[in-house]
Amino acid sequence: MGFEGIGASVRRKEDLRFLSGRGNYTDDINRPGQVYAFIKRSDRPHATINRIDTTEAAAAPGVVAVFTGPDMAADGIGGLPCGWQIHNKDGSPMAEPPHPVIATGKVRHVGDPVAVVIAETKQQAKDAAELLVIDYTDLPSMAETTDAIAPGAPEVHDGVAGNICYDWHIGDQAVVDAVFAKADHVVKLDLVNNRLIPNAMEPRVALGDFDTSSGDFTLYTTSQNPHVIRLLMGAFVLHIPENKLRVVAPDVGGGFGSKIYHYAEEAIVTWAAGKLRRPVKWTAERSESFMSDAHGRDHVSTAELALDKDGIFLGLRILTVANMGAYLSTFAPCVPTYLYATLLAGVYKTPVIYCNVKAVFTNTVPVDAYRGAGRPEATFLLERLVDVAAHDTGLDRLELRRKNFIPADAFPYQTPVALQYDSGDYQTTLRVALANADWDGFEARRTEAKSRGKLRGIGISTYLEACGIAPSAVVGSLGARAGLYEVAEIRVHPTGSVTVFTGTHSHGQGHETTLAQLVVDQLGVPLSQVDVVHGDTAKIPFGMGTYGSRSLAVGGSAMVKAMDKIITKGKKIAAHLMEAAVEDIEFADNKFTVAGTDKSKTLTDISLAAYVPHNYPIEELEPGLDETAFYDPKNFTFPGGCHVAEVEIDPETGVVAVVNFVAVDDVGRVVNPMIVEGQVQGGVAQGIGQALLESAVYDKSGQLLSGSYMDYTMPRADNLPNFQVSTENTMCTHNPLGSKGCGEVGAIGSPPAVINAVVDALKDYGVRHLDMPATAPKLWSIMQGAH
Amino acid sequence: MPQVSLTVNGKKHTVQVEARTLLVELLREKLGLTGTHVGCDTSQCGACVVHVDGISAKSCTMLALQAEGTDVTTIEGLAAADGTLHPMQEMFREHHALQCGFCTPGMVMSAIDLVNSHPDGMTEKEIREGLEGNLCRCTGYHNIVKAIAAAHPLMHANAAE
Repeated sequence: MGFEGIGASVRRKEDLRFLSGRGNYTDDINRPGQVYAFIKRSDRPHATINRIDTTEAAAAPGVVAVFTGPDMAADGIGGLPCGWQIHNKDGSPMAEPPHPVIATGKVRHVGDPVAVVIAETKQQAKDAAELLVIDYTDLPSMAETTDAIAPGAPEVHDGVAGNICYDWHIGDQAVVDAVFAKADHVVKLDLVNNRLIPNAMEPRVALGDFDTSSGDFTLYTTSQNPHVIRLLMGAFVLHIPENKLRVVAPDVGGGFGSKIYHYAEEAIVTWAAGKLRRPVKWTAERSESFMSDAHGRDHVSTAELALDKDGIFLGLRILTVANMGAYLSTFAPCVPTYLYATLLAGVYKTPVIYCNVKAVFTNTVPVDAYRGAGRPEATFLLERLVDVAAHDTGLDRLELRRKNFIPADAFPYQTPVALQYDSGDYQTTLRVALANADWDGFEARRTEAKSRGKLRGIGISTYLEACGIAPSAVVGSLGARAGLYEVAEIRVHPTGSVTVFTGTHSHGQGHETTLAQLVVDQLGVPLSQVDVVHGDTAKIPFGMGTYGSRSLAVGGSAMVKAMDKIITKGKKIAAHLMEAAVEDIEFADNKFTVAGTDKSKTLTDISLAAYVPHNYPIEELEPGLDETAFYDPKNFTFPGGCHVAEVEIDPETGVVAVVNFVAVDDVGRVVNPMIVEGQVQGGVAQGIGQALLESAVYDKSGQLLSGSYMDYTMPRADNLPNFQVSTENTMCTHNPLGSKGCGEVGAIGSPPAVINAVVDALKDYGVRHLDMPATAPKLWSIMQGAH
Repeated sequence: MPQVSLTVNGKKHTVQVEARTLLVELLREKLGLTGTHVGCDTSQCGACVVHVDGISAKSCTMLALQAEGTDVTTIEGLAAADGTLHPMQEMFREHHALQCGFCTPGMVMSAIDLVNSHPDGMTEKEIREGLEGNLCRCTGYHNIVKAIAAAHPLMHANAAE
């Protein structure tokens, strides 16, 4: 056994099954007697449902049942709940219109479920759905974020005036206005953060099962957080108590946020399974994913930065309109507020900040957290604004950043927007990134590119983000309707092998390896004797799941705490067995030793004694060696770093090639460097996708135009370069591992680096700003002078 | 109902299918070979790639009946009987070329055909262009490209033996 603990790039334990076709994804699961659900969805953005005639569909071959919204309402089924309540400026709660599981009365976006057809085969269900007669009256509709608040805009929900979900703010506007009034420079920028469609490669699947003998329900689902789904669906929608509802999220093929939320289809199949006394399975077709998975981003902002004559940032003033879509998805309201506006200090000492966020309803798919969730929007805004400030004032873009950085000796650092950063070193990540990118050699490369007829540009982004959203009491005071701790159970078996039960969920992150490495490190058990179990409410005590790069910082910390308990108990057993005082027992490298002697017992000796307690302090200690810990973080963690992108534009076509990409990130303690690099590479690919290729496009009325892989441009292998990824880490000071999180840094730091590079390449064309994605037609038009 | 006879991973099958049944549905639903995945409905993502008579094919874009008399290999049929991984599988593991694993079976099957069809070696650009038909949302392709480059000499060395 080589080194397998914290810091080792051990190869992943989960790979063998994935590489040999033996993964166990939700769609691979089938239950005896299973029937198939097909969801009939609205093909119009906004309409009244006058009548649904199900007669012909219900009589079609193989059809078992057809259900519509009123059928669920008749069973007392509630709407889909929202997990975060934001308050308006005036203290009143946000508008929270009903979100029926199946549309009732009206449809509000293309893709809104209207009816469900259940049949013996998938094809029969789909064929029968063609026979549904739905009589709609179209209503006026809109999709664009700013159209929602235009005078006379159609109302998405009755009683939600002006489509405003909430009008929220942070900071003291009067103070900020006063700073702006006296500033030497005010730089203003209007910008859009483009709407994205997450597109995990595995489409969503839900399989509901009902055990007629016990009355127990089981939902197999593509979820990042099965306990959260059990809580939301059980308590708020179907009214099934936790002891009668099991939620299993087996191997899940990517999530990126889109599989956090409680979706209608989960409730439909579970409810229908109970009603029909048969398992009911629904598998999304990709076209359905496009119009039913929560989308991401979609902000329209006006940003202003006040600077003094030397380029010192004096204040920041932001107005953002954030699109919620047609209904509130589970965590949507917190994304443009507590995951966005609180990040607007970024890595800078800006002393005063005011941000007003108006969240609006439109006739589009609900928008929620997508990889980065709020922090990419804040980062894009800030890092574009800083580059534009350099452009407008003539100051050097690196110098402007350096002189405004929060210095490495200023931590803990209290920002003006609520967060307190615990650690970071932005000068170092910048310095290393510039060196790795050979920033100083760029002008020579630009000249060389020019000789080949190419426009070359270089761009930078120095960023910070917040992970491991916490502590529970704080997020509760901000409107979260859940705690944000994590849970771990460490079971040391009689012969010394270990099973970890974690409330986090792995859908590509490699937890089965990384979390096992924590056990190697702390208990000295070889990796081959450690298994990590996740994704099943029947096996795991509880858990909040995986999102916001929280699994290691929060879930790993819960494991450390549980293993501390194992060691504490083990010491008592060891003291008894070796007839020593418990204070004299030390634990290291899998051994309990009496300090200063050669007397020792291995963890296996102790676990055996714990489960076969013949010679055991049974009066004081329970048998067994199995400990559970709940860990509630003291603060967010704050990963950050510097990304540098270098691009070449072909002026004949407008095509942008990313020719070099450097990321130097600070993610705190790294457990498995190979996995961390992979996480960053994947995040950067999604960030480059946002910057250059991806955009959810609606027409003015709300028809989704980019509804398939023929229309929505996913990054492919030949759109991307090799990435130079490395870390320069400072430790998180408030969790036992020092880890900060690495899952989202790539998607957060990279988009502005790429756009800054594109703008730099186009500097001879007088380009000051470009919204994403910087597609070939857009750039070609600019270069043709068409704009 | 029509029937189709084909060989899958060395085993002969004769199965009754609806005429509209896709090859991937036959594999997943009739033969229980769930290693081949469906990631889209427009023949774009490549999660369903298998080999039909040794050539990579998107099994979501082929009717089961079109596979009559063919020899199909899926991800489940790649490793040796003793469990030894195919060099491409081994290099994917070694170079961390998979994360969630969903695109992996199709990616591996495409990669093998790609390497087989370029016996004289491949540039990075050729590998990237050769992966046009396969989407991965997790890895950013960086490590997939590395894995394929590393598998190339191993596969052609094996072939030369």
